[in-house]
Amino acid sequence: MSGIPLTHIIIVSSLLFFIGAYGFLTRRNLIAMLMSVELMLNSVNINFIAFNKYLFPDNLDGLVYTVFIIAIAAAEAAVAIAIIINLFRNTRSIDAEDADQLKN
Amino acid sequence: MNLLLIPLLPFATFLLLGIFGRKYLSPVAGIIGTSSLLVSALLSLQAAYSYFIQHTGEVYTSIVAWKMTWLPFSQDVSIDIGFMLDPISVMMLVVVTVVSLMVHIYSLGYMKGEERFATYYAFLSLFTFSMLGLVVSVNIFQIYMFWELVGVSSFLLIGFYFNKPSAVAASKKAFIVTRFADLGFLIGILILSYHAHTLDFTTLIQRLTASDSTYLTSAIGSSFLGLSALTWGLVLVFMGGAGKSAMFPLHIWLPDAMEGPTPVSALIHAATMVVAGVFLVARLFPIYAISCPGALELVMWTGAISAMFAAVIACTQTDIKRVLAYSTMSQIGYMMFALGVAGYGGENGLGFTASMFHLFTHAFFKALLFLGAGAVIHMIHSNEMKDMGGLRKSMPVTHITFLIACLAIAGIPPFAGFFSKEEILSAAWNANKAIYYIALITAGITAFYMFRLYYNIFWSKEAKHDSHIHDEHSHGEGTLTMKIPLLILSIGAIAAGFIPFGNFVSSDGHHLHLPFEIANAIMPIGVAIAGILMATALYKNENDKSDKIVAALSGIYKGAYHKFYIDEIYLFVTKKILFNLIGRPAAWIDKNIVDGAMNGIASLVMWKANLIKSIQSGKVQDYALYFYIGVFGLAILAIYLVK
Repeated sequence: MSGIPLTHIIIVSSLLFFIGAYGFLTRRNLIAMLMSVELMLNSVNINFIAFNKYLFPDNLDGLVYTVFIIAIAAAEAAVAIAIIINLFRNTRSIDAEDADQLKN
Repeated sequence: MNLLLIPLLPFATFLLLGIFGRKYLSPVAGIIGTSSLLVSALLSLQAAYSYFIQHTGEVYTSIVAWKMTWLPFSQDVSIDIGFMLDPISVMMLVVVTVVSLMVHIYSLGYMKGEERFATYYAFLSLFTFSMLGLVVSVNIFQIYMFWELVGVSSFLLIGFYFNKPSAVAASKKAFIVTRFADLGFLIGILILSYHAHTLDFTTLIQRLTASDSTYLTSAIGSSFLGLSALTWGLVLVFMGGAGKSAMFPLHIWLPDAMEGPTPVSALIHAATMVVAGVFLVARLFPIYAISCPGALELVMWTGAISAMFAAVIACTQTDIKRVLAYSTMSQIGYMMFALGVAGYGGENGLGFTASMFHLFTHAFFKALLFLGAGAVIHMIHSNEMKDMGGLRKSMPVTHITFLIACLAIAGIPPFAGFFSKEEILSAAWNANKAIYYIALITAGITAFYMFRLYYNIFWSKEAKHDSHIHDEHSHGEGTLTMKIPLLILSIGAIAAGFIPFGNFVSSDGHHLHLPFEIANAIMPIGVAIAGILMATALYKNENDKSDKIVAALSGIYKGAYHKFYIDEIYLFVTKKILFNLIGRPAAWIDKNIVDGAMNGIASLVMWKANLIKSIQSGKVQDYALYFYIGVFGLAILAIYLVK
């Protein structure tokens, strides 16, 4: 474990974040967009853990934040899925392109 | 508080009939309006009785019966609403309520079956209310407000048949012409009150007549275009009065105002509206007479010219209501120049008393003439003389009362018009001979055209319409409610002249003995009889003498027939000069520059908005992209600037 430098972990989490961002912008399926959001959240979690471990090994702040983020991500997923279900009821579709009532 | 009911009852009736009339009260609207006005009239008569008869002491003072400060501007200047009793206002209360009552009763028959019957009565009540409020005003601004109310209600009544384009045009004309004159009135009020520091009548008159008052010196001292501020103020106030009273050259609305229902014409011409101008000058008379004889001279000449001018036109008109309209203008001219020749106090005030006397008697016979003409029109369904003739047998009551009114207006003793006209003429004789001769000639012309009218309606062609009338329109001479007012008013037209008017109304409140000399009366009577005889010769039987005279005087006749082209002059001035030189450039500036600037701003905003609009695509991923861009922007800022 200790052999892996911090930079590598940051590179992984960055990759994960940008994959999530890319997925969020390009996928038209709302569920897929939700998954992309989860990817971004988890990349942040990795960052928290890594910085905590490498810079302040005596403190637990980063870990605590991560737990919070996981909890919030779960809640967010629940809310997002509820929205998607309602949207589906209205438009019979979960395509983000179809939900454009706010246009102009 | 009884006094306050006099104007408030018609107002209450107006509200009641105006709000609920058409839906709920239509069948009884006439009864409601008439009975409330009956109470008003009785209260006014009672007020007149206690003011004039039960009065003790030498001088009639003005009493402010009730007053409320409505809008105080400063300690001195405030707009009050009140109820003032003085000889002229009490006299006017009686005239307005009695004539209006007659018109109300008459309309029960005349307007029967009209769809907007209740509305008609509501408007009549409003008209009466405004005129009553006007005559009892304590404050020059109160009189202005009621003045405008009179204007509005006359507008509503003249345009009563609003589906007739000519009525709409006439009501607009009346409103605009009198409004234009009221502009002068308003400026006059402002000038007078600016210098006198008050709007209250009593104080105003006191301050602008006392020779040692600083207010008067300030009003005379400041001048504009060579005339003092006082003269300007009084002349402008008179302009308002001339507009309402249809004095030359602001008379053009009056003949057209005939488009309203005939009883309304009677009300406008006899008791309300047109006498308002005379009343206004009489109300401010001390200021005119004592401080500014120049303005009074203008009143005199305007009155005299209007009297003569209208009398000449009246000879040529063929619409019977128009003849009466011009005769009103002529008689109002009489009242105006009678005020103009008068001075303040004592014997000099003869013209003032005579003017008010003529106003009083004129109200009776002019209302009678109009109501009689209304009865004729009601039967014939036409205003034109050529459709009439020989009606004396089929309309006996109308015939007799109309004859009485004609004799009264012509100035034949012992009818009412004789006495008042006689006083006016002797006042003119004492003051200004030129005016006297104008008045005398006018009196002759008056007798002539009134009897021309009379013969054309009731004699002339022998009743060629009789059979056709009985076939198609069986309502004959009119209902009882149309005859009763004629009879009551004809009593007034006979007897009103015997009232010792000088005992009641004079310029300074003292009793004035009206001189009456047979020698003075001979000339007017002779002229009047000459006029009547001439009319008899020309019009009693159908003949071609009048046509020959018309042919001989073709130039003058044509001019008078076309009312001396005053309307055309107005149209020329407004349409050709005002519209082209002021209206059109102003419209161009408004359309192109003002509107253009606004439109330019609007289209600029729209163009920008269209550019920005496409950002709002409604797609969640676009918004997310903007969000990312924003975050990156902030991150770059944070990295390169904050550090």
